[in-house]
Amino acid sequence: MKPDFTIDCLGLYCPMPIIKTAEKIKELSAGQILEVISDDEGIVEDMPNWCKMTGHEFIEIKKNDDEYRAYVKKVVR
Amino acid sequence: MEKNNSVTIIAFSGDLDKLLAAFIIATGAAASGKQVNMFFTFWGLKLLQGTNKKPNRLNFLQKMFAFMVKPGTEKRSISKLNMAGMGSMMLKKLMKKTKVPSLAELVSTAKSLGVKFTACTTSMGVMGITKETLIPEVDNIAGVASFLADAEKSSVTLFI
Repeated sequence: MKPDFTIDCLGLYCPMPIIKTAEKIKELSAGQILEVISDDEGIVEDMPNWCKMTGHEFIEIKKNDDEYRAYVKKVVR
Repeated sequence: MEKNNSVTIIAFSGDLDKLLAAFIIATGAAASGKQVNMFFTFWGLKLLQGTNKKPNRLNFLQKMFAFMVKPGTEKRSISKLNMAGMGSMMLKKLMKKTKVPSLAELVSTAKSLGVKFTACTTSMGVMGITKETLIPEVDNIAGVASFLADAEKSSVTLFI
C-alpha cells in the first residue's frame, strides 16, 4: 500500500484521529490514499465507521506492535 | 419533516466531564460530515458566557448564582469527586498528560468544524445572562421550538 499522504496521530485519543483525518482528506484528490498512523485501539472500529458515514473508501488497517496504520481512499460523490 | 441526518445535543450540565463528552460527540460527528446543533441550557449555558465582560444588573439571587457558578471553559467542576476543585484540577492534568484535548480546544475545534451553538433564552432570563455577555462563538439564541425543529430532523438527539 503506497499512500499519497500520511498523518501521524500517535499519542492522540478519540476524537482527534478522526478530526485530523477529516481535515487532511480535504487536501486529497479523488482516488488518492491517506495513511493514518495511530496507537489508539479505537481506530480499528472508528475508521471503517467514519468511512461509512462520510462515503470515503476504507481499504484496510494494519497492526504493527502497538501501532495501527489505517488506509482510506478519497471518494468524491 | 425531512430528516437531514444531523446531530442535536442539549448541553444541560455545566460539569467539565459531561461537557467533554458532549463536545467529543459533537466534534466527532462534525468531522464525520454531519451537521451538528448544540443547545446550551441551564448550567451548560455558563460555558457560553464570557469571562471578562462586565455583568449586567442582577438581582440578589442572580448574583448568588453568578458568584457560585463561574462562566467559561476553565472553572468547570466535575460531576463526581470534584473535592472543591481538586478533582477537576487532577482531571485536567491527566488530560494534558495523555494528550486529550482540553474543553477550550474542543470548543474551538467544534466551531471550526461548523458546529452551531444556540443559547437558550429562558436560562438566560432566569440567570440574568444577556446577549452581550455571551461569547462571539454563539450563533443564535432561541427556545424550545427551535430545539424541537432541529431534533425532528436529526437522527441522533442527546441530552447531556
